[in-house]
Amino acid sequence: MKSGLYYKAKKIIVNTLIHIFLLTVSATCIFPLLWMVSSSLKTQETIFKDISLIPKTFHFENYYFAWIEGGFGRNFLNSIFYTVAVVLGIIIISSMAAYAFSRFKFPGRNILFIMFMAAMMIPIPGAFVPLYILLNKLGLRNTALGYILCMINVGLSTSIFLLKTFFDKMPKELEDAARIDGCSKIGIWRHVALPLSKPVLAVVVVLNALIVWNEYVLALIIFDSKPLMPLQVALMTFQGEFVTKYPLLMAGLTITALPIIIVYILMQKYIVKGVTQGAVVG
Amino acid sequence: MKIKATLENYVFVLPAVTIFAIFYIIPFIWVLQLGLYEWDGIMPTKIFIGLSNFKEIITDKIWWQSFGNAAYITFIALTFQNALAFLLAWACDREIRMKNFYRLVFFLPPVLSEVVVGLVWQWILDGNYGLLNQWLVHLGFPNLVRNWLSDPNTAITAVALVHSWKGFGWGFLIFLAGLQTIPRELYEAARVDGANAWQSFKKITIPLMIPVTVLVVILTILGTMQAFVLIIAMTGGGPAYHTDVPTLRILASMRGSSRFGYACAQGITFGVILMVISFIQYRFSKKART
Repeated sequence: MKSGLYYKAKKIIVNTLIHIFLLTVSATCIFPLLWMVSSSLKTQETIFKDISLIPKTFHFENYYFAWIEGGFGRNFLNSIFYTVAVVLGIIIISSMAAYAFSRFKFPGRNILFIMFMAAMMIPIPGAFVPLYILLNKLGLRNTALGYILCMINVGLSTSIFLLKTFFDKMPKELEDAARIDGCSKIGIWRHVALPLSKPVLAVVVVLNALIVWNEYVLALIIFDSKPLMPLQVALMTFQGEFVTKYPLLMAGLTITALPIIIVYILMQKYIVKGVTQGAVVG
Repeated sequence: MKIKATLENYVFVLPAVTIFAIFYIIPFIWVLQLGLYEWDGIMPTKIFIGLSNFKEIITDKIWWQSFGNAAYITFIALTFQNALAFLLAWACDREIRMKNFYRLVFFLPPVLSEVVVGLVWQWILDGNYGLLNQWLVHLGFPNLVRNWLSDPNTAITAVALVHSWKGFGWGFLIFLAGLQTIPRELYEAARVDGANAWQSFKKITIPLMIPVTVLVVILTILGTMQAFVLIIAMTGGGPAYHTDVPTLRILASMRGSSRFGYACAQGITFGVILMVISFIQYRFSKKART
């Protein structure tokens, strides 16, 4: 008969081994980011020799140079603007459509809904080719509006799916009450349905904000002029022009990654929800 | 009255349908059409050439090489990345401290952009001043030092591993969600019946995780085959097409050689291949479940 001590010891050893494994992987996740920040604080001379994680002196002026002379400040504001505009557009457009798909009956409802869902599943590799032609024809290439509309379309299907699933489960009593009180359909959507769907709206906002902030290839083919570019494209352009200016590049990368990391830590719950729900679709 | 109500209903879906029609359906149709043309994207006239683009694709060595590269990266993602994701999820699916910390950290790489991840790793793997090589020298392995991303022997594996680094958090989250749906009572009952940890893992965990695993496998294949921005940021497809992938070829056909028709034909070919793969997957998973 093995004693309780044996099981206790075994459990401690197993748990320690598991923690060592988990901590090792955690370290490889975090270390490259720390190295990025560390590199952004070194100078052009020290960065190639100094491999300490904490530099002897912190050269915060790299951020000033990246922001002003590298032009990343402008691109940062562009990224913020595109993200806010696209997310706002998606929220309004997809919640209206999802509400109609969930509550109203009209000819073509099912076909339209299936169309949106199919778009989520059919991969079109190289969809950027016809989009480039289309935006050229519409005169929307190299404009903020063209990029915003394209990105709204990217997030539309998933957002409609998430919102419709939520509306389907939401009780209708409050909406009925509002209708009896003489509220219009738009009014009910705006003043009853939207406020009640805050939990899923949070998921839609965070998920789409991540997609827009991190998007690269559409921005690459749509924008020619640097003052219009979002951060991701500006980073690649900077890297192409100044191959060896690593401190400034790393400062630019930190500027790009930091907002996402902060949003992620604050909104982790919603991101995890979006990922697991979004995965069920596929 | 009824017509007015119906019109009102359409107002709700109109913005979504309009944007979808212009930015999804029209481009979709154009891809199918343009694949049959030779066009530089500027000239007002497009030359109809039938299936010539597709015939050219069949003999396009670089195209198929890029396809092989994507398959190789997908293979690494399916084996290494998903095995790691599963192990981590399994390790976190128990009474263990810092569970939330691990979950937070493992999904950190997936929320970062491919450009950021690619450029940071490119700096770490840099042949002359990269941290990895400097470490190898310090640790006494100077013979292992190499130009990881410009050496044809290592470039593709380096890219595949960074891709796995960026992606395993997805699989981890989905696996963990799946593991948490398995009722604890099953394990209790198995233990009472005298099953050891390995037996209950084999007889309970694995069979119940098959649907989730199929899902992760499909998502990994579709996601990895189409991944290309990370590669742009790390190697740009080089050295000499050794890390090139199909979507990158499509971009090159369009921007590099201004062959819009050929780019669309490549897009169709690749899209069809992906659909066939996911269809086979789907059939296979149905069989596995019954």
